[in-house]
Amino acid sequence: MTPVAATGAINIRNVSKIYDPDGANVLAVDNCSVDIAPGEFCVIVGPSGCGKTTLLNAIAGFHDISSGEISLDGKPICTPGISAEPGADRMVVFQNGALFPWSTVLNNVAYGPVVQGAATSTDAKTKAQALLAELGLSGIGDRYPNELSSGMRRRVEIARALINDPKVLLLDEPFRAMDALTKGVAQEFLLQAYDRVRKTVFFITHDLEEAIFLGDRVLVMTTRPGRIKQTLHVDFGRPRNYKIRSSRQYLSLKSQIFEAVREEAVRAFEAGERELA
Amino acid sequence: MATAAFAKSSTTLSLRRGLVSVLGLLVFWEIGRRLHFPFLSAVPAPTEVLASLDKIVGNSKFWNDWISSFSRVLSGFALAQLIGIPVGLLMAMSRTLRYLWFPPLEILRPIPPLAWVPTSIIFWPTTELSIIFVIFLGAFFTVVLTVLGGARAIDERLIRAARSFGSKPRDIFWRIVLPATMPSIITGMAVGMGVTWEVVVAAEMIAGKSGLGYFTWASYVGGNYPQIIVGMASIGIAGYLSSGAIRLLGKRATPWQRRI
Amino acid sequence: MTAIETPSQSRTTQAADISSLALTLFRLRQWLTQPSPYLGFLGVASLVLAWYLLTEFFNVPRFNKLPGPVAVWQEFTSPSPTFGISIYTPAYYMHIFWSIWRVLQAFFWATILGVPLGLFMGWKRTFRDYAFPVLEIVRPIPVLAWVPVAILIFAGIASREAPVIFLAFLATFFATVLNTMLGVESIDEVYFRAARCLGSKPRHVFFRVVLPGALPYIFTGLQIGVGVGWFSLVAAEMISGEYGLGFLIWDSYVLSQFPVIIIAMLTLGVVGYGFSAIIRIVGASLMRWADRSGA
Repeated sequence: MTPVAATGAINIRNVSKIYDPDGANVLAVDNCSVDIAPGEFCVIVGPSGCGKTTLLNAIAGFHDISSGEISLDGKPICTPGISAEPGADRMVVFQNGALFPWSTVLNNVAYGPVVQGAATSTDAKTKAQALLAELGLSGIGDRYPNELSSGMRRRVEIARALINDPKVLLLDEPFRAMDALTKGVAQEFLLQAYDRVRKTVFFITHDLEEAIFLGDRVLVMTTRPGRIKQTLHVDFGRPRNYKIRSSRQYLSLKSQIFEAVREEAVRAFEAGERELA
Repeated sequence: MATAAFAKSSTTLSLRRGLVSVLGLLVFWEIGRRLHFPFLSAVPAPTEVLASLDKIVGNSKFWNDWISSFSRVLSGFALAQLIGIPVGLLMAMSRTLRYLWFPPLEILRPIPPLAWVPTSIIFWPTTELSIIFVIFLGAFFTVVLTVLGGARAIDERLIRAARSFGSKPRDIFWRIVLPATMPSIITGMAVGMGVTWEVVVAAEMIAGKSGLGYFTWASYVGGNYPQIIVGMASIGIAGYLSSGAIRLLGKRATPWQRRI
Repeated sequence: MTAIETPSQSRTTQAADISSLALTLFRLRQWLTQPSPYLGFLGVASLVLAWYLLTEFFNVPRFNKLPGPVAVWQEFTSPSPTFGISIYTPAYYMHIFWSIWRVLQAFFWATILGVPLGLFMGWKRTFRDYAFPVLEIVRPIPVLAWVPVAILIFAGIASREAPVIFLAFLATFFATVLNTMLGVESIDEVYFRAARCLGSKPRHVFFRVVLPGALPYIFTGLQIGVGVGWFSLVAAEMISGEYGLGFLIWDSYVLSQFPVIIIAMLTLGVVGYGFSAIIRIVGASLMRWADRSGA
């Protein structure tokens, strides 16, 4: 029996973001609106630099927006000029990984509970140990991140996020730097973790196949300035098996939005703009 | 629009804070001297320094000291670059030379350049040459090591790409190795210049009869304390100008580098 | 979580089974079969040989005024040396001790004051705005230009040691602050974001992100700092000290005890090198996690 989350509804209403690196006004996001239900796995697909990371950063609280509103469970968390502080209710897993290189795996995972004062150091470590074991990661607690493979590092980072019981999990192209084989296995891992906790997930990627494999809903974003161009509902049941990648239904879903995604990719390629960090 | 204005105001805010702290320190210094605070009672106050300024600036000997120091700095520094840069590049490109020269360099390098002053005085016929030699030593090791490090750090793939175009070794040197090492050469110069001024000042204090270091020391010995501060400030300014010149040179020589 | 297997641990334990003696012998053999140690030895030997030939053997003019390796060696290893300094005389060790002791004090103060200052300057923009300009104005002044002011500052208050230590302190201090600050600025923004996400309060960010993140640069700064501190100390000792290796160099020059100059210079080199090596080793052991750049 997979649990269904009661919290974690995100409402993005008419959000635009202008920013100003080196004095050039850039419209990164243009009037986006999305409603994400609690426990939904929502994926945004688009070429690099299209503004999807900007949206994620706004939800996470790293910067504000220029117009519109983002709310979490009815409470506004981001309005023009004001943004809620980043917090453990909206945990982020970063693109190139952000495990603290100077801490062991165990200390990394236990970090959240310890600094929030939610548990003593030993309790947090026990909890971390247990979670690692549940996720199939026992035995690496004493290692440092640079001793692990990228796949394992990403898994540890997901564990570090989950231990804080967030309302929303924000993943910023977490598997981007991996080779295709590792990526596939890491995706399966993420799905298993998702099935356990059924949190709301906001996942961004440039990989269309990844989007369809993982998401309940896939949104296609245009190149800069980013707008939501098309939405696709993915109806595979859960838990999902890697074999669905070769199913006819999968291919048909893919062909539905492939043209839209490709168009944006070509536009981005020809524009040749340097991707904003 | 709004963000651009914000950015500009934040740099002016930084400037204002900087001014506040510098002025605050000067005021504190002045008061400390007047009220005989523990460490400041013997140090001449900013106002005293300013008062002595026009007598010093009018004295031509002061400007001769500037010229003396600068000429030593330039000679020693230029020599260090002329010999050090090729040595560094050679050591980077030839493994044999690297293995041969690196240990003796590593043994000599930790000896502070000023420790060479007596030996230098014994050896060279004139004081001037002995000071320049010590300056040369100071900058030389820095240059060699920085250039060596920079040249060895060149991405192998760039050289491979050049080779696959059929480049001759001469081309690889002038078109790949030298430009790629240029940032390190400039860094070596910048650091070397700093070392050079340190050495000049000390050498002049120990064994010189002219120059800004000598001026500063002589002011102390002669009991003319405000002049000490003028001397220090002069050396600082001179050093800053020299480093600035190198930074300008660096920008010209490496236009592809992003400003740090 | 059985659908995905975790990689087995067997491979790592196998590596540990190879005895460390065998490994050392293997590495030694590798090293001996390279040209590098032999060329290195040749390089050093030719240097000494050139020194010998120029000063003592061929008596080349100007060079013949300098003490040669033979004279230096004889003096250094003589139980009752002509000029009073050899490995057998306590005076030699006393001078070494004084120099080292002064550097350690300077190093201590520079680290205690410099590292926290650098950390704050790197971390908080406000702090940097106030502190950096003052530092940047004072920094271009060569440390040794401070000699007279240093003497004036401490006149009558502290011992004659104070100015000398102060000068070494200044040099080390600037290097430490600058490198520490750069270290904090080099920490990838993403770690700060992760820390905020995880609910860190400012003190957590300081002790768990800023400090460990800047540690590699701090150690580089300490290494550089010791080097410049040593350099400044020797100069200060030459100008205005009693005891110490710098003082010994100048004193033996004044007294025309030339072999002692060389002895002192070489000792300076060895001790200076030793200091950097110690810091490097300590740094390396504290930062096992920085072996490979993490991604």
